[in-house]
Amino acid sequence: MTPARTRRDAFPVNWTARALWLALVVYCVYAAQILQITWSRFVIGMDQGATFLARMWPPNFGPQKLDLIIQGMLESLQIAFLSTAAGILLALPLGLLAARNLMPSPVCWGARGLIALCRTFHPVIVSILFVKAVGFGALAGVLALVVATLGFVGKLFAEAIEEISMKQVEAVRATGASFASVLIMAVVPQVMARFVGFGIYQLDSNLRNSTMVGIVGGGGIGATLFTAYQRFDYDVVLAILIVIIALILLFELISTQIRKVFQ
Amino acid sequence: MNMQPDAAAAADRSLVIRNLTKEYRAGQPVLKGISVTIEGRGVTAIIGPSGTGKSTLIRCINRLVDPTAGEILFQGSDLAKLSGVELRQARRRIGMVFQEYNLVERLSVIENLLCGRLGYVPWWRTLTRRFPDEDVAHAFELLDAVGLGDFATRRADALSGGQRQRVGIARAIMQNPDVILADEPTSSLDPKTSVEIMEILDRLAGERGIPVVVNIHNVDLAKRFASRIIGMARGTIAFDGPPDALTEAHLIDIYGGEGWLE
Amino acid sequence: MSSPNSLPAGPAGKEVRRWTRFTPAERVGRSLVYLAAVIAIIWSVKTIEVIPEFLYDAPAQTLDLFARMWPFDWAFWPKVVDGLIETLHTATLGTILSIILAVPIALLAARNITRSVALNSIAHVLLVSSRSVNSLIWALLFVAIFGPGALAGTLAIAFRSIGFVGKLLAEAIEEAQKGPIEALTAAGAPPFAILTKGYWPQVEPSFWSVALFRWDINVRESAVLGLVGAGGIGVALDAAINNLYWDQAGLVLATIFAVIVATEIVTSSIRSRIIQ
Repeated sequence: MTPARTRRDAFPVNWTARALWLALVVYCVYAAQILQITWSRFVIGMDQGATFLARMWPPNFGPQKLDLIIQGMLESLQIAFLSTAAGILLALPLGLLAARNLMPSPVCWGARGLIALCRTFHPVIVSILFVKAVGFGALAGVLALVVATLGFVGKLFAEAIEEISMKQVEAVRATGASFASVLIMAVVPQVMARFVGFGIYQLDSNLRNSTMVGIVGGGGIGATLFTAYQRFDYDVVLAILIVIIALILLFELISTQIRKVFQ
Repeated sequence: MNMQPDAAAAADRSLVIRNLTKEYRAGQPVLKGISVTIEGRGVTAIIGPSGTGKSTLIRCINRLVDPTAGEILFQGSDLAKLSGVELRQARRRIGMVFQEYNLVERLSVIENLLCGRLGYVPWWRTLTRRFPDEDVAHAFELLDAVGLGDFATRRADALSGGQRQRVGIARAIMQNPDVILADEPTSSLDPKTSVEIMEILDRLAGERGIPVVVNIHNVDLAKRFASRIIGMARGTIAFDGPPDALTEAHLIDIYGGEGWLE
Repeated sequence: MSSPNSLPAGPAGKEVRRWTRFTPAERVGRSLVYLAAVIAIIWSVKTIEVIPEFLYDAPAQTLDLFARMWPFDWAFWPKVVDGLIETLHTATLGTILSIILAVPIALLAARNITRSVALNSIAHVLLVSSRSVNSLIWALLFVAIFGPGALAGTLAIAFRSIGFVGKLLAEAIEEAQKGPIEALTAAGAPPFAILTKGYWPQVEPSFWSVALFRWDINVRESAVLGLVGAGGIGVALDAAINNLYWDQAGLVLATIFAVIVATEIVTSSIRSRIIQ
């Protein structure tokens, strides 16, 4: 035995980990090749990127454009408000039906299936289907985001209800309270703060998604952005992006305050 | 129904259990045909080792656990066969105190007390917390009676164990029940607080003539507060009589072994 | 007290104590939030344009849509498979790239590592910007720069994911226990060693779960990037819809459905096995 081998290493070399890292690098190279991502394309792109950025700057907040942006943004806000409100109203009973600790299992599986179905398709795909069903415009966007809200919030509601302490429920049930009263006095107090959090998160997420449904005809700022993009008005595109980011930052500040009220 | 603890009311508050059997898994009964009559007065203590079905017996009475077979006769109906509205109406007459207090942690103390009235208040009034004035007034009186008059608007999760159990007792009394079931009410508390809690339970129920059925680990506490002791072992009743009649031989029979007695 | 179930009356002459759930200040706070919500909803309902004829027609249109999707046009299958492979690679490569980009930003955003409020705030704005811009919009931007194809899609996925990965990673770093870090600092370990031997072991579990979670999301997202020309199975969907070949669109949708169910099964089994 050589002395080097007898020395105990505090951080022994982990060969499996090294092999995995190597595999990861090999995969990246392979995948880049499949996707035809090459260095030369990247360099050419960088050149174009410079022109692109030059055409973006300065952002165009001209009076006429600003008017369009404000209108689109207001419509996006409306889409976000309506889809969140309707989505949460529907998700409350659906989440309750999907909670395994309060509902018989056939009901649960039905509700869980519906939630899973709502989650499966990306809101953009759902928007496309709704645009076909109810025509171009904000309504299609609202409906698509209602479906997204149902899938996301419904699941979170169900999980939150499943995590409550059943002892508290049992005690209220033992007083002879009706099911509705048990919900109000034993279940709601345990989940209210989390529900408010989920609701705010979903409003935030619907606001961000409402900027996207417009690209496929679902109304809102996305439509304005897509039109500007197709007309190569990149300075307007940048203006719109800045407004979206500012609005979402603002919303983060407001939501912190709302959470405090419902502590 | 009369509010005074006279003989007629006492009869109305009695529980008759016949051949009560409970199997959580088929073929492995936890309760093996219990038959016992609990008179409508005083404190009845059920003692016995852990896992012998004390808790199951108590929970069968208000149907937090569904019995496999047998009858539980209370105020002219068989509790074991009730369901839906009838079961809820029967539960209103049965108060319960839990080992781990089971307060709704995020509600205030007074809201927890008012939970005792949920069987009588329609749910839409519950939603807006518009409880009848006399219920609210009574809740404040009970809080004074258990020494928590200043804690009405505190959240339940801010209380100590002893304080929580006092709220638990007050919640049961709020129901104005005809019997109180107490499932190990002192097991999560220190010895001194345990005595205090048993005193409060005994006093409040005694003043109102409400019979109490209490599961209890502590034999001394049982002897001190109960007028009747039921010893359970192996899913059956091994002893039934006044505290004075409970001898060491009985305890050995109930708990097995004898080293623990010294 | 005539009802048998009512409570005995309190002592005579004593003032009836009343109780309300909220203090006046709490009530004002809640009322304001509710009022704002109601106003926002009413305003939205009033302003949003709904064409009633379209709405009445919707169920028939939807049924018609599904009727046209069936039976699938299996001749389209080879294109779907090509798109699918591209989508999966886009999602995976995009996730890896986003992690590489997100780690430094997360380190800047974590207040226990970077002790400069200015740098923290810059990192925070970067993370929010990444999340605020939808992946589809990121894709539009990258298509404008690099032209249509999976390169734009991969970058869109990566840039969109930075915010998500960076935020969760920064939170995980901030939650790390101080003990091991202080021990290493006391032993005179260089900063890089403190990161790899002090923070990394504590952050590793959440790192992998964040990566896996984001990959799951990215598979869904990269499936639609093709609608704006950023490669993947979405290109096939876009083509089918633009040509009104609903039997092809149906095939693509069914494929996406199957893939998403499969990724869900894969991620949940990995999660339960490796990350506990």
